[in-house]
Amino acid sequence: MIKSSIKLIVLSFLLLISLRPLQSAEMIDPIKVDWSFKGLTGTFDRASLQRGFQVYKEVCASCHSMQYLSYRNLGEPGGPEFSEQEVKAIAASFEIEDGPDSQGEMFTRPGKPSDKFKSPYPNVQAATAANGGAYPPDMSVLVKARKGGANYIYSVLVGYEDPPQGVTLDEGVYYNKYMVGNKIKMPNNLMDGLVEYSDGTESTVDQMAKDVTTFLAWAAEPELEERHKTGVKVIIYLILLTTLVYLSMKKIWSRVDTEV
Amino acid sequence: MSEHEYVPKSKAGKWFNDRLPLLTLGAHLTDYPTPKNLNYWWTFGGILTFCLITQIVTGIILAMHYVAHADLAFASVEHIMRDVNYGWLIRYIHSNGASMFFLAVYIHIFRSLFYGSYKSPREVIWIIGLMIYLLMMAAAFMGYVLPWGQMSFWGATVITNLFSAIPLVGDSITTWLWGAYSVDNPTLNRFFSLHYLIPFLILGLVILHIWALHVPGNNNPVGIDIKKPSKDTVPFHPYITIKDAFALLVFMIIFAGFVFFTPNVLGHSDNYIPANPLVTPAHIVPEWYLLPFYAILRSVPDKLGGVILMFSAIFILFVLPWLDTSKVRSAVFRPIYRQFFWILVIDVLMLGYVGAMPAEGIYLVLARVGTIYYFLHFIVVMPVVGYLEKTDPIPMSISEPVLTGGAEPSLARKVNDKV
Repeated sequence: MIKSSIKLIVLSFLLLISLRPLQSAEMIDPIKVDWSFKGLTGTFDRASLQRGFQVYKEVCASCHSMQYLSYRNLGEPGGPEFSEQEVKAIAASFEIEDGPDSQGEMFTRPGKPSDKFKSPYPNVQAATAANGGAYPPDMSVLVKARKGGANYIYSVLVGYEDPPQGVTLDEGVYYNKYMVGNKIKMPNNLMDGLVEYSDGTESTVDQMAKDVTTFLAWAAEPELEERHKTGVKVIIYLILLTTLVYLSMKKIWSRVDTEV
Repeated sequence: MSEHEYVPKSKAGKWFNDRLPLLTLGAHLTDYPTPKNLNYWWTFGGILTFCLITQIVTGIILAMHYVAHADLAFASVEHIMRDVNYGWLIRYIHSNGASMFFLAVYIHIFRSLFYGSYKSPREVIWIIGLMIYLLMMAAAFMGYVLPWGQMSFWGATVITNLFSAIPLVGDSITTWLWGAYSVDNPTLNRFFSLHYLIPFLILGLVILHIWALHVPGNNNPVGIDIKKPSKDTVPFHPYITIKDAFALLVFMIIFAGFVFFTPNVLGHSDNYIPANPLVTPAHIVPEWYLLPFYAILRSVPDKLGGVILMFSAIFILFVLPWLDTSKVRSAVFRPIYRQFFWILVIDVLMLGYVGAMPAEGIYLVLARVGTIYYFLHFIVVMPVVGYLEKTDPIPMSISEPVLTGGAEPSLARKVNDKV
């Protein structure tokens, strides 16, 4: 009875998950990457996160904001884990607008770890206008905001191709195999050797795409490592407690001439 | 309920109990004679109580950090996820908790349908339960709007627009609901207010639901009335409490699996895109637990007709006790009805599936067939099968599962008179 009930609950949920709405048929499945943060005990690759931050800072950040992150997050456990000095230096390299001061004037000062990531544009309209009418989305939760998550982001980054025969593209529109609708206004910004990694890793397009996607996955779910660790503990605890309660239940019900 | 009157042992206890008989209530709840043959499908009442309390506790904490404003709501949710201590845990428990709540309530409702728990003398329990279910749907819908993502905004737009189908006053009612001329900040604000209110209404109804249950006592898998207390019953504590605890823990393991390892799998990725009134998502879909009704709504080409049918799909359940003509409660002894029951289960699952699909082609056909069967089941199958079906013999009592061969189906009612 217990077994069949549990089986049914699990089955019904599996069924419900398989009922997720399908995307439009024209979209091809993103490339499946064996990310280190996948699975029940997945963690981020620290070096990859640091390289990914570099790609973000030198390439993406000129158009994309990440307004929900603070510089201090870069030094927190479970993230790129830059040292305190490094975080301070990164923050200080940005000029942040602050104020008003006692005279009522706005002023700029070097960034502090408590500041939010500086956005490249003052507002959505400015960002849209500067990018040919397409707003470069804020990347704070981008990985969670796209079906396919990290795989999808990575696939788009490496999915640029010449358009197939018969497809004509407008000025400032590019062809991408994995993008929904295949048309994207972001040009292919990655090329081999674009950034110089300080750890000596070769900066191929594939490497940079993986690193920056890892960084974005962390940015969207900075709690991921703690969540996985806590989850394993919680499940083990619950299984132990369930076993004890099950044995108690058997003992108590042994007084009654009915099976539980 | 119990035969003997409870007398507190201590003097202070007696003094207090004479003025407010809370101790008598406690004694009633622990002694409450419960059929000893309840199976695990009966543990979902306790599980649902746990779900409600979990939602209220996590919800109160979330409300301390959430900001109900169109410009700030999305950012405040990210603030909860990133800056509030264990905010991510509390929010994921709350958002997945809603799904777990509905999973449990659907099992609870279908258990009632299978074992005939809605039938006399338990009609009022059933109706209060349906009122709880309606409020749950309202609370869940409004809760989904609060993060102010794309699906929040467009889901709210689609659902509130349903009211504009009402003839003559529809548009005025919709504007009144919105507090504006479209879904906007006033809508978000009032949804937050109502989302906070409804759980406490549900809590009140849950108390009535349990009170109404304790008048006739539990139904059971055999579906016959039992003498209370007797060798067919066990006291609620410790027998049922430990069994409920065990089932709840198994449920919590599954719950924790979602919260810690796939916290977003039951949500829609579009809801991590901030609400934008100028960009409509490709497919607007409600949360999974509302999909069967969404399928019914879209199966009708006429808007008003769809709305009427969708609400009828819920309200028809209120008259279920009077549509079912069978004198036998449990489907265990109803070979024909039992098969129709499983067809209904499959039908509802299928409606849920097509509700998630675009309303076109084969999905639309399936939605229409599913909708027609849904109503036929209640309007035709239940009354007719109840009359025509030859039911299996019913045991005299739980302790005598040996079929005596002669028990009358009407026994289910007769014994009740003696208690």
